[in-house]
Amino acid sequence: MSRRLNTFGRIIKSGLVGFTRNISLAAASIAVMTITLTIILFSVLASATFNHTIDQIRSRVSVSIYLVDSASQDQVNNFIVKLKNQNNVKSVTYISKDQALAIYKSENAGNKTLISAVSQTANPLPASIEIEPYDINKLQDIKDFIDKPQYLALQDPQAGTSYSGDRKLAIDKISHATSLIREAGIVAVIVFALISMLIIFNTIKMAIFNRREEIRTMRLLGANSWYIRGPFVVESILYGFISAIASLLIINTIFLGTSSGLQATSLGLLDIGYSQEYFKSNLLMLLTTQLGAGILIGAVSSVIATRRYLKIKPAK
Amino acid sequence: MILLDRVTKTYSKAMGPALNRISLHVEPKEFVIVVGQSGAGKTTLLRLLTREERPTSGKIIVGGIDYDKLKDRDVPMLRRKIGVVFQDFKLLPNKNVFENIAFALEIVGASSKEINNNVPKVLQLVNLKGKEKNMPQELSGGERQRVAIARAIVRQPKILIADEPTGNLDPEHAWDVIKVLEKINRYGTTVLLTTHNVEIVNKLKRRVVTIKNGKISSDRAKSGYSE
Repeated sequence: MSRRLNTFGRIIKSGLVGFTRNISLAAASIAVMTITLTIILFSVLASATFNHTIDQIRSRVSVSIYLVDSASQDQVNNFIVKLKNQNNVKSVTYISKDQALAIYKSENAGNKTLISAVSQTANPLPASIEIEPYDINKLQDIKDFIDKPQYLALQDPQAGTSYSGDRKLAIDKISHATSLIREAGIVAVIVFALISMLIIFNTIKMAIFNRREEIRTMRLLGANSWYIRGPFVVESILYGFISAIASLLIINTIFLGTSSGLQATSLGLLDIGYSQEYFKSNLLMLLTTQLGAGILIGAVSSVIATRRYLKIKPAK
Repeated sequence: MILLDRVTKTYSKAMGPALNRISLHVEPKEFVIVVGQSGAGKTTLLRLLTREERPTSGKIIVGGIDYDKLKDRDVPMLRRKIGVVFQDFKLLPNKNVFENIAFALEIVGASSKEINNNVPKVLQLVNLKGKEKNMPQELSGGERQRVAIARAIVRQPKILIADEPTGNLDPEHAWDVIKVLEKINRYGTTVLLTTHNVEIVNKLKRRVVTIKNGKISSDRAKSGYSE
């Protein structure tokens, strides 16, 4: 056991020595891996921010129906029960005339003229039903249901139905942008991960070539395959480690550090404030993800590269 | 200790066999010199013993290990039991004398304590005390070869294979190296030495196996040799 531990320690040490020795070769690997990890991190942040924006807007979308004063309570209750049975209906809230008035008064508490206007006459505000849907993209179902003649009779023809239409449009746009960014992000990550792996391949190939005599001697002295491969893997994992930290620093400096500039030009969809908050509160998770991705890319490519390139025939 | 039974090695059919049905038996603690001109098959023989090459046919058993049954992943274990010295030394240029020898122990997972105990002992054995901190390029050829020998024996192998260890050395240094090999043999290690240095062979008066065109042309005890 202690022999294994000695060997393990030496493999790590030898990897670190190799890393400092090959620093110029390693630079390319680290640079491209940093780009890869930065793209991953940016995708994660952008996706989280967009999802947050969508949730914010989505929670405000509802369908409001204004009722005629002549509708009886029984009719209204029956309507509400039927509404609740609809598939896409998450919740139904009934606001009576009195409640509507109370809300109106509290919303306009500062405006005495308005308050006195509604107080002097009989309550002019209609009762209403607010419907919150599960899926805002399927409002048509709800619309079809409430447009049935027996229910249409309960509704105030002048007030109409409010569908929060503009919000739906905004949500559609953001949803579309989010999935686009996500897809583009995935493609970019795959492409850059492959490039990183190829460059690490070449780095290791050259390092192995430079040290072929040393490696041959190690073999002849009875070094087992992991004693020879291990340091290269350690070296590549180190690339991943450095790149992960670098990607966090880059995002922190460029994307979040210059947020005030970005905020001014942003389309109002990208809430940089939320991005920063998300970055800060999930720093540990993001760090783990980045380290995990970096170490994975480094380890996988070096394991494959050493398997492939260390099968060299002994030199004559 | 070493047994070869009708071993043939053919690299390419056009060239013919490098070794042709060679049979050889070396007893424990024996000192055997393998002689022959360049291309006779000496190096092939040693490469078969260190499992750098596999025989085309025939059986090889070294230190009780049957090479037919040896799996690739067990080759390192085999090599740890055999000390090998090369004509071109194969020292690691970026490690000093001490580190080069320690390297052989590091590979097998020896502790720093074991290393610090054993390395000075073999340095003394090869008469290189005081050169621990020297880099290989600061040493003479003979000294480098003695470092290589120290590295080969520091794990106390039962067998030491020396492939033309004096090939690159002047006569005086060559003899220093041979004396070290004799000393190691006296301590109980089986030594297999290849050379084409007539003077050394004649002076050593040991068993001499002559290889000619891939075959053993003579195998004599306490023999001499002439080209």
